[in-house]
Amino acid sequence: MVTELAKPQNKYHDAFRALRQSKPTVAWVELVRESAMDRFESLGFPTVHDEEWKYTNLGQLDKLSLLPSESSSNISSTDIADHLYPETVESHIALVNGVFRSDLSNTTKLGGVVVLDLFEAIADARYNKIVRHYLARNANYHDKGLTALNTAFLQSGAFVLIPGNAQLEAPLQITLVADSVEKSTANFPRVLVVAEENSSARIIEKYVAHGDVSYFTNSVVEVVVKDGARLEHSRLQFENDEAFHVGTTAAELGRGSTYNTTAINLGARLARHDVSVVMNEDGAECWVDGLYVVGENQHSDTHSVIDHQHPFCNSHQLYKGILDGNGRAVFNGKIFVREGAQKTDAMQTNKNLLLSPQARVDTKPQLEIYADDVKCAHGAAVGQLDQDQLFYLKARGINPELGKSLLTYGFAEEVIEKIGIESIRRQLDHIVMEQLHTGIQEP
Amino acid sequence: MLEIKNLHAAIDGKEILRGINLTIKKGEVHAIMGPNGSGKSTLAKVLAGHPDYEVTAGEVIFEGRNLLELSPDERAREGVFMAFQYPIEVPGVSNAQFLRLAYNEKQKHLGREELDPLEFKDLLKERAKVVEMEASFIARSVNEGFSGGEKKRNEILQMAVLEPKLAVLDETDSGLDIDALRVVANGVNQLQNSENAVIVVTHYQRLLNYIVPDFVHVLANGRIAREGGKELALELEAKGYDWIKAETQLNEASVPAN
Repeated sequence: MVTELAKPQNKYHDAFRALRQSKPTVAWVELVRESAMDRFESLGFPTVHDEEWKYTNLGQLDKLSLLPSESSSNISSTDIADHLYPETVESHIALVNGVFRSDLSNTTKLGGVVVLDLFEAIADARYNKIVRHYLARNANYHDKGLTALNTAFLQSGAFVLIPGNAQLEAPLQITLVADSVEKSTANFPRVLVVAEENSSARIIEKYVAHGDVSYFTNSVVEVVVKDGARLEHSRLQFENDEAFHVGTTAAELGRGSTYNTTAINLGARLARHDVSVVMNEDGAECWVDGLYVVGENQHSDTHSVIDHQHPFCNSHQLYKGILDGNGRAVFNGKIFVREGAQKTDAMQTNKNLLLSPQARVDTKPQLEIYADDVKCAHGAAVGQLDQDQLFYLKARGINPELGKSLLTYGFAEEVIEKIGIESIRRQLDHIVMEQLHTGIQEP
Repeated sequence: MLEIKNLHAAIDGKEILRGINLTIKKGEVHAIMGPNGSGKSTLAKVLAGHPDYEVTAGEVIFEGRNLLELSPDERAREGVFMAFQYPIEVPGVSNAQFLRLAYNEKQKHLGREELDPLEFKDLLKERAKVVEMEASFIARSVNEGFSGGEKKRNEILQMAVLEPKLAVLDETDSGLDIDALRVVANGVNQLQNSENAVIVVTHYQRLLNYIVPDFVHVLANGRIAREGGKELALELEAKGYDWIKAETQLNEASVPAN
């Protein structure tokens, strides 16, 4: 074992040993955790020398020495209720500091959907096999230090199994709460969603904070959409202003399946989202969209990988960014079209709106194509508010400040309207319209 | 209502308006005509406060106030409305949202009651009849994907909602087929009354068959070259603009530059 105290990863070493004592598990999970910890110990946190982290510096986070937390008793069901939508009052689960809380969940309207603490599912003979098959399969921890760290601290999380042919009426909301009232902690939420053949469902993954202090969320969500299944996945990141948020979404699409995901990034001091979609069967289709909004002292980085491994798959991607104050954002989108993935149709667009001269965005859309019969396009744009549009609004009596809000809202709307759940759209409309110039927070 | 005195305006340092004098009273319809480049659209934009144009001399008094001191949005709230020659598309913002905000800004300014989305919807439905506009346009993004005629109708719908004291229609007839022209003109006529005034800026006499002006002013080279009643428009239709241009050039040649 490495014992040099200077290494940042050693901070986590004792915590890891304590975890193995307090939360023993089945042999194969012990093995996964151990090998993930090994990987983390050799990889550590990524630095700006790593090409994928060129513009996002975790130095500040590293200095904070945040240690893994237990669940907290500070959160009540009323606190959770504040973050629910009318559509999800009876179809939601909560993870507090990454720990599954059945006492804060209500699954009345979820019918035959299996919703369990991931650790319970591991121990349950009915689900053990499926978890073993898919856990840590799409979220690779071998070359990603942060995913390795999350995997090493596997002790709870959520397991969602949507049975074959199920048509889920109510959307399932997963509320990921960080208790940040007084103690700064590191939380490692882990979610595994398996949508079985020909099922249809909507899930909402929502990050919120309870309290104002700084904390670290390092979440990994793995999604498996099996043949013919349809999944709509809204990811809403409303962390508090002091938070460090690193999140991974890793999806795998079966034959003829569809996966429609929209990521909204509004919170956190520093946010990084890695989203990857692998299409390893024929005829799958995905929409991988997002909106990031950064204001003063905020940094948001999205890295996206859409991997066309089989023929006849379509991917659509629209990411938009709104940057105010000295906000910084990064968009890096890769589309791979592998050899043999003929008849691929891939479209990627990234557009950024700079509301202040101090704001800055680094955008890099990339296409790598190894097949010859494909249709692919990508593009990126960075611009300011359109002066002709602004004058048009003024000429109708709208004052310039309101006009700017309205145009910003109009810019965001193209992404917001992709979300199928009306009350989420309304909430986002409200935030973009009313709060953009006064700081972002969930109303 | 409106008094324009010796108005000079320039764009990028180039003088376009070179001493316009014009007085408009309540209840009147004025047509501003003239060949391309005569300054008629510039006059409309200067009245609306377009930032590209710089007023270099003269004054504009609107309802007793110096209009040129007001920002474009203040002018609009005071009751000046310009229908754009090229209406702007605003993606992501619905016509209904846009119009309700504009309407409420004016209501607030006038100390009147603002309307919530439902109340406003009723008002909008009512006003949409003025330009024979279908309800589906109200939910669509402002001007996005609208045909030329639909955009112009949408301008008049905005006028119907905002009920300006002074409406300036900047080449509203350009690009319209005869049916759309009739609808637009009908809309303007329904909105025109003894308490407001309309300035119709147009190259052609055609629109004036439908919106009949009380006065016609012909611009050439940044000045009003001719003024008269509605007959003047017919005369221009018959003779074209060349004779006015020639006359203006002749006059300017004989007057030494100041």
